[in-house]
Amino acid sequence: MTLFRNVVFIAAIAGLVAGVVLACMQAYATVPLILKAEVYEQAGGGHTHDHVAAPAANAGDTNAMTGAAPAPTEATAPEEEGWAPADGFERFAWNVVANVVTGIGFALILVAASEFAGGIGNWRQGLFWGLAGFAVFTLAPNLGLPPELPAMPAADLTQRQIWWTATVVATAAGLGLLAFRRSPPLALVAVALIVAPHIVGAPQPGSFESPIPEGLHHQFVVAVTLTNLVFWLVLGAVVGVVRGRLTGTTTSLRDSFA
Amino acid sequence: MNTASVSFGASVSSQSRFMQLALAAFLGVFVMGFVGFSHIDAVHNAAHDYRHSMGFPCH
Repeated sequence: MTLFRNVVFIAAIAGLVAGVVLACMQAYATVPLILKAEVYEQAGGGHTHDHVAAPAANAGDTNAMTGAAPAPTEATAPEEEGWAPADGFERFAWNVVANVVTGIGFALILVAASEFAGGIGNWRQGLFWGLAGFAVFTLAPNLGLPPELPAMPAADLTQRQIWWTATVVATAAGLGLLAFRRSPPLALVAVALIVAPHIVGAPQPGSFESPIPEGLHHQFVVAVTLTNLVFWLVLGAVVGVVRGRLTGTTTSLRDSFA
Repeated sequence: MNTASVSFGASVSSQSRFMQLALAAFLGVFVMGFVGFSHIDAVHNAAHDYRHSMGFPCH
């Protein structure tokens, strides 16, 4: 299991670095927009969360979040069922945890996939593998399902998750065929695989009426796309550097360095 | 670019090599799926901002 151990080792380092970088970018670029959207969400009241219905008698309640929005009827009760991190540091800390853990998950997929193709030899190759990851996990699914802010209308969650997953798999298979097979018919199949999910179409909500201003959403889509681009470039480059160091030291340790 | 075409596990049998890489990829998919796609409330709430920020389907 030396190979497995080496892959996990590289993925852990790369995922940690890229995850921390992404969490920091999110703290400045995307999370403030999510918090803004939550003000609209609480003001609107009507969306997919099960709000605790606020009796009119609570109209005098002062909610900490109502500073920017008129929502006097909102109860102070937590809006979601179950445990949720408290706003502020706890919420930020859990976001960092989620970023690092999934960063390692993405890195495991990236390293394993690239080893099948000979491995990422240096940071420059890593950048291109990172671009591929960005195309597969961000660009393709976000074309059909643009990143949403809280309170935005959306179709059934499970159906969207199925479409998201299928799109990622089809795009990855298509890009893999384009990059590593040299036959024209397979290139056609590859293009078909990449295009097909968008012809089928992502599940859409019944109505696009949204309390979120168009400008805020647009800003969010740009922020999500760019932060993910940087994440994938960092992830790929770090994989290339770490792997290069480990294989480069001495070739006899190639299979058993860890 | 082609200076470093050293591949890991070249001395391992190709079947074992495939299994180990597949296992690593599967582990990655599992971790990502649990944090990003799980319907468990507490997991959703903890990773809420992350899911939105990645463009994962949420809510």
